[in-house]
Amino acid sequence: MSELELESWNRPPVVDMDGDLLEVAMGPHHPSTHGVFRMDVALDGEKIVKLKPVFGYLHRNHEKLGEGNSYLASMPYTDRLDYICSMTNNWAYAVAVEKLAGQEVPERAEYVRVIVGELTRVQNHALSVGFLIQDMGASGTPLMYAFKARENILDLFESLSGSRMMCNYFRFGGLRVDPTAEWLDRTRQVVAELPQFVDEFEQLLVSNEILMARTQGVGVLPKELARNAGATGPVLRASGINYDIRKVDHYGIYDRFSFKVPLGEHGDVYDRFMIRLLELRQSIEILEQALKDIPGGPVMDPKAKIRNFRPKAGEAYGRIEAPKGELGFYLISDGGPNPYRYRVRPPSFVNLTTLEDMCLGHNVADVVLILGSIDIVLGEVDR
Amino acid sequence: MTSSFAENLDQIFVLLKHWIVALVPVPLQPLVGAVLSVAAIIVVFATLFAIAVLMERKGLGRMQNRYGPNRVGPLGILQPAADGIKALIKEDVVPYNADHVVHFLAPIVLVVVVFMGYAVLPIGRNMTFVPMDAGLLFYFAMGASAELSVFMAGWSSRNKYSMLGAMRAIAQMISYEIPLLMTSVIVVMMTGSLSLDKIAEVQNQYTWGLPHWFVFTPMGFAAFVMFAIAATAETNRSPFDLPEGESEIIAGYFTEYSGFKFAEFFLGEYVAMLSISGLGATLFLGGWSAPLEVLNVVPSWFWFVVKIMTAMCVFIWMRGTLPRLRQDQLMNFAWKFVLPMTLLDLMVAGLWRFMGEGILRWVVCSAILLAAYVIGGRAGMKREQFGPRSYRYAE
Amino acid sequence: MLGEGILKGLAETARNFAGSFVSKERLTTVQYPEERAPAIEASRVFPFLVYDGPEWEAGLRCVACQICEKECPPKCIYIEKSKDKKPDYVGKLQIYPARFDIDVSVCMSCQICVEVCPFEAIKMDTEFELATDDRFGGLLHDRKSLAKSNEYYHTIHPTEAAEVDARLAEEKAKVEEKARAAAAAAAAKAAEAPKSEAPKTGEGTEAQ
Repeated sequence: MSELELESWNRPPVVDMDGDLLEVAMGPHHPSTHGVFRMDVALDGEKIVKLKPVFGYLHRNHEKLGEGNSYLASMPYTDRLDYICSMTNNWAYAVAVEKLAGQEVPERAEYVRVIVGELTRVQNHALSVGFLIQDMGASGTPLMYAFKARENILDLFESLSGSRMMCNYFRFGGLRVDPTAEWLDRTRQVVAELPQFVDEFEQLLVSNEILMARTQGVGVLPKELARNAGATGPVLRASGINYDIRKVDHYGIYDRFSFKVPLGEHGDVYDRFMIRLLELRQSIEILEQALKDIPGGPVMDPKAKIRNFRPKAGEAYGRIEAPKGELGFYLISDGGPNPYRYRVRPPSFVNLTTLEDMCLGHNVADVVLILGSIDIVLGEVDR
Repeated sequence: MTSSFAENLDQIFVLLKHWIVALVPVPLQPLVGAVLSVAAIIVVFATLFAIAVLMERKGLGRMQNRYGPNRVGPLGILQPAADGIKALIKEDVVPYNADHVVHFLAPIVLVVVVFMGYAVLPIGRNMTFVPMDAGLLFYFAMGASAELSVFMAGWSSRNKYSMLGAMRAIAQMISYEIPLLMTSVIVVMMTGSLSLDKIAEVQNQYTWGLPHWFVFTPMGFAAFVMFAIAATAETNRSPFDLPEGESEIIAGYFTEYSGFKFAEFFLGEYVAMLSISGLGATLFLGGWSAPLEVLNVVPSWFWFVVKIMTAMCVFIWMRGTLPRLRQDQLMNFAWKFVLPMTLLDLMVAGLWRFMGEGILRWVVCSAILLAAYVIGGRAGMKREQFGPRSYRYAE
Repeated sequence: MLGEGILKGLAETARNFAGSFVSKERLTTVQYPEERAPAIEASRVFPFLVYDGPEWEAGLRCVACQICEKECPPKCIYIEKSKDKKPDYVGKLQIYPARFDIDVSVCMSCQICVEVCPFEAIKMDTEFELATDDRFGGLLHDRKSLAKSNEYYHTIHPTEAAEVDARLAEEKAKVEEKARAAAAAAAAKAAEAPKSEAPKTGEGTEAQ
């Protein structure tokens, strides 16, 4: 059998002549790698000695397509970046373009943006925790409960924007459709039922000894490493660093809502998933406040252009606190209808760089949990 | 001597067998009798396997707030038949480098060995196929042979994942054999016999309408709990199903099996579950005896089937709820918690005998076991530093 | 006590198990295809072309302006203009599309074509059972299969269709109003014409 000449990125991580280390490739076809993702792992017995993540299996040329399409035409493509949280992807892109073009957003639109953004955060965290437990082998029971709660939110998105996941709802300077009073009432009902779901979920999980044994002390991410690696979102906050872009940048109207930012101490898998559950509860707080205070008015400036939208030449970086971390869009405009450069800063990609350091010394069984706790979506990592 | 209808119903299979055997000429009678019993065991427990598989899928579905399979036949009753046909018509893929002979033999060994275990289980009154004096010993010999087939499967596949899975499975099964054995020894101590029918008969006495099942004694209850944990680990069920890891190593030691060989492994696993539930029912839950004295009109084999199906329901319930333990935690749990508790339980069983009749021995034995469990549990958690945590919020 | 969390988890699962037999809100499965989930009005699947009146070719609202073709992000629309013209809903002669193909396997249901169409001619359908076994031609929908009537539009998106109809009726009323005003002005001018002889030619040229 002839040896294939593999490129450097495709070669296994260690060329081991003695045969002491077992080299295993986990993925890309794997039930638990959250997408088409490969990890080349070198094992000493059951302990991990070296881990190399290989991704790019879902690369779809998003950034190059952005250069060929107009600004509006890139909006549906941003839905498909982090395909679970399409609304927040739209929001980050809209923030970037509004910064570039110097557009203002009406107040009602800002409130609705907060409502759909926080609903997205709720369903993302529920899904992420559900999948983490599924990877642990609970044969999908908590996952099904999370999905049931998520279905209500997706039904709301469908009646508002027309589609459950690929919403394409935000526009530059506002939103596409004004939610009706009936939709707001239904949202209030859904939000009223959410605390019960979170309580049931917590009862099933939080004091479960097996869960604690599997997740506490596993995959510790030290504070300094998290900060230096550029990790953001729940991964960073679980390691103890207080950095939430909603509080730092004051984008939108987040100043008007009172909510707290939970912080972890140990930075292990248990902390990361508990932080997500606590953030879910805080999102419910924000939702209740926003639904109470939402004013009337238009959601889009009637003079804002849909076609032939040509912002002035310049550059802008717009970022928001997406459920997975800091999602940023960097746009350079040369005055034409298409951007000159369109760059996405995906949170999952940057958080993924800490994977090897977190996994060294642990078992193969823990790698799956650690990967699940970073909460990656391959659409974002590969774009 | 008029036998009542209830007694006849109770002994119906025995009477049927005697009637059929009487039709055959004398020299052939033992052979025909044996063949009949074997056929009956295989048919009955294969049917129970089909029912158990269906129960599992529908039970898991209901726990997850969805229907289970309900398209094939009303309420999905014919789903096991559909699964069987599917398994038969699938292409049998054997890796090129695999050791073909061992690869072929592994599932066969598993199925044969687990069915042999049924030879000594008392399925009803007078209904043990081979009433041996050392029936328990024979059962454990067969159980240990099942581990052999697991290793044969992992080794012959020449696949890293399968090897990993097989190693894990062997380590797990060997570690949990010891608590399994020791807890059975407690029952043997209390009965004084290794024969399973004698153990079942001893528990068939009633006081104030309640039976003398061993699970109602303090050390019997502790032994039953530990037997249940060890049984779950022996049959590779959740939360101890790391060998067939699914999320991590796809299917562990039977990754390279497809089609009917995979169905044989599946059959072997479920029949082993039914078999070990049968052993647990015999040792601790009275085998074929009814829960209350008045219910003796219902046939004994019916109670046995009810008890093993209830045990299956508990297995399914645990599978639907609990995440799985990691390999080293599993082994730690076995050697550092379950084994010392079993030894303590043995000593308490001796103490029970020693103390003589009366309420005092109940109180003392329960107190010792409870204290050991609570203290052991706390110490274990504290050493590993597990515990619920509280979180602070940023200012 | 060791095992307490596990017991709580088991209790939770048992509650869900029992509840799924009793309450409909625990067991939310919809037995497709015998039952359907309740249709949500705003949902969008793939586009279709609206036509008014009983005949699809005559009543097609599309005037082949090709704006949707330009704005479509994955470029799944292909339009060819016709050589002749036909009257639209206000009676003006417009060109129409001789070919209007949408490749449904490329379309990503983003609804931008609907948003930019100035003539309310293309709207989003809710039909999703479009599976076919013809991989190459079966998913390329042409003008005939895309044309659906305005009544159909009312059945799938009632509020939207009502708004569109109101807007179109308003447009039509405005056009008719202008036409009537122009006709009235022309009639008034024609009535005044015999009174003055000299500025007749000047007014004649002005009235053109």
